[in-house]
Amino acid sequence: MPARTFIDSIRETLADEMRRDETVIVLGEDVGKKGGVFLATDGLWAEFGDDRVIDTPLTESMIVGTSIGAAVNGLRPVAEIQFADFIFPAFNQLVSEAARMRYRSNNGYGVPMTVRAPYGGGVHGALYHSQSVEAFFTHVPGLKVVVPSTPYDARGLLRSSIRDDDPVLFFEHKKMYRSVRGEVPDTDYTVPLGKAQITHPGSQVTVVAYGLMAHYALEAADRVAEEGISVEVVDLRTLRPLDRETLLDSVRKTGKCIVVYEDNKFGGYGAEVAAIVAEEAFDYLDGPVTRIAGPDVPGVPYNHVLEDWFMVNPEKIAEGIRTLAAY
Amino acid sequence: MTATKGSDSRLGAAAGLTDADLLEMYRYVALARAVDERMWILNRAGRIPFVISGQGHEGAQVGIAWAFEKGKDWIAPFYRSIATCLTFGMSARDIMTAQYATANDPSSGGRQMPGHYGSHEHNLVSVSSPVATQLLHAVGIALAAKIRKTGQVAMTSMGEGSSNQGDVHEGLNFAAIHKLPFVFVVENNGYAISVPLAKQISVANVADRAAGYGMPGVVVDGTDVLACYAAAREAVARARAGEGPSMIEAKVTRLTAHSSDDQQTKYRTAEELEAERSLDALPMFRKQLVDAGVLTEEIEVRLAAEIKAAVDDATEYAESQPDPDPGTATRFVYHDEPGGTS
Repeated sequence: MPARTFIDSIRETLADEMRRDETVIVLGEDVGKKGGVFLATDGLWAEFGDDRVIDTPLTESMIVGTSIGAAVNGLRPVAEIQFADFIFPAFNQLVSEAARMRYRSNNGYGVPMTVRAPYGGGVHGALYHSQSVEAFFTHVPGLKVVVPSTPYDARGLLRSSIRDDDPVLFFEHKKMYRSVRGEVPDTDYTVPLGKAQITHPGSQVTVVAYGLMAHYALEAADRVAEEGISVEVVDLRTLRPLDRETLLDSVRKTGKCIVVYEDNKFGGYGAEVAAIVAEEAFDYLDGPVTRIAGPDVPGVPYNHVLEDWFMVNPEKIAEGIRTLAAY
Repeated sequence: MTATKGSDSRLGAAAGLTDADLLEMYRYVALARAVDERMWILNRAGRIPFVISGQGHEGAQVGIAWAFEKGKDWIAPFYRSIATCLTFGMSARDIMTAQYATANDPSSGGRQMPGHYGSHEHNLVSVSSPVATQLLHAVGIALAAKIRKTGQVAMTSMGEGSSNQGDVHEGLNFAAIHKLPFVFVVENNGYAISVPLAKQISVANVADRAAGYGMPGVVVDGTDVLACYAAAREAVARARAGEGPSMIEAKVTRLTAHSSDDQQTKYRTAEELEAERSLDALPMFRKQLVDAGVLTEEIEVRLAAEIKAAVDDATEYAESQPDPDPGTATRFVYHDEPGGTS
């Protein structure tokens, strides 16, 4: 089974899906000849041509709004927003249009569209090339939100997203593109949307994470294991729909829960996870549901000392685990 | 819809339409008006909570929609598009059940406000309330038509107020770059709720902007149904031939307040409102057809009776239909989760 980088897995999956289904198209800024600023679409234009790999003007609302229309008329667009930070001009099309189309038409119309976007910090991207934007969209019924953490999951989840009949936001942590490798079988497997995975079984503390933080959570689990603390890591993989069963089963087993997310702490996605755990597993809790998250400043600062200060890292998570384990 | 016969009138022949076409177009203009007037009566009688009207736009809507192929082409309409939707296949019952928000309202099953028409059966895209978003949907439909080689043309319509939104700029630019089979229709009634045209755009016509996108832009008299049809026919032919998008600006008038919640005498003078009454396509089209010998007294009596019957039927039907069951309110959030949970 060949090892792939995270971005190779995404690129190969896009090509596979385009070969499998001629209604799949890719559109976005620089996705054509250049192959995307991160090269996630490298080679697609050469293989599939102008009709199916479309370099757009710098118009994020158009990229998403046109994808909605194309989806209504028989295509399965995979739109790329060059950086998640630039998705906000398309917010109205995502939230007012894509998310509500099925509901507002009483199932007359659906929007089988995938919107990919690189997110996240730790790459010297500063305020506008580092953001975690998932919470804006996990709030919205009608959208599905996926954040893979491994090359295997990236392939399986991207396949499921493209084949899904509803709009899916697919967020890829850009720091993982070339730093994360993993085994990816050359089969047509899928990873279903809405299924979390226990990536590290344990008994004393549940750590819930996704994306890059799922890796940092594993590192933290290894660190505290040497100190005798047994951690169970839940990689959510899909944020909406949330796999409540896997989450709650783990917390009911361990009695303690830490939610890790890179976004600002206040009102972030982990706040919803914490609320669900508090509501539905209260009787099993043996300590406060705890959040390890980014500080509440309006962006990741550029200077490397400041960026390090902002970023959640394995040691910050380990420290949170130690505190909760001792509670 | 465009065949002519030897027995048809000179008016029809000049327009490339049969007399039957002309009468059918007239019927849609008159039906849309009658449905619309009934909506206001029902609102004032306390039967329906809200009306947003298409009165004054009907002639342009029917003339333009007539140039598209029903069941093949696509329209992304807006909240004044009653005549457009009727022409493209929706019925008076379909429009009236939307006013009552019944369970079987085909636009939304009673979920959306009236005016948010849509029908998958008739290739009418479901519309939202943020204005101009639907332009991008129509452009995307045109993109898919081009890629899939379906021969379809997509149209969207909106008011001149909506035409200032950024989505319009983004979409027209893209449609022109790729020569998409797309037609952009602006129904310019001179007001964005209360804001007059002079405070909306700095040029005389919205269509003046077309040149900046590299597409033709034409201004038509929205009270002239056949001029609207001619402009749309040309735009559709151009789109169908792969020559790209066009913009049509129909100058219309708004014969009612913006909605049933608006008092337009606060910002429009009595003189202006009186003057605009004369810019109504319905009596003008009627006179044109009477003068051409197409609309005879006998036909007019029959049409009036049919339209009244259709509106009465639609009202009684909609009145009798049940509200949606709250037990269904979580359905269709996602395709695979009937319960609509997170």
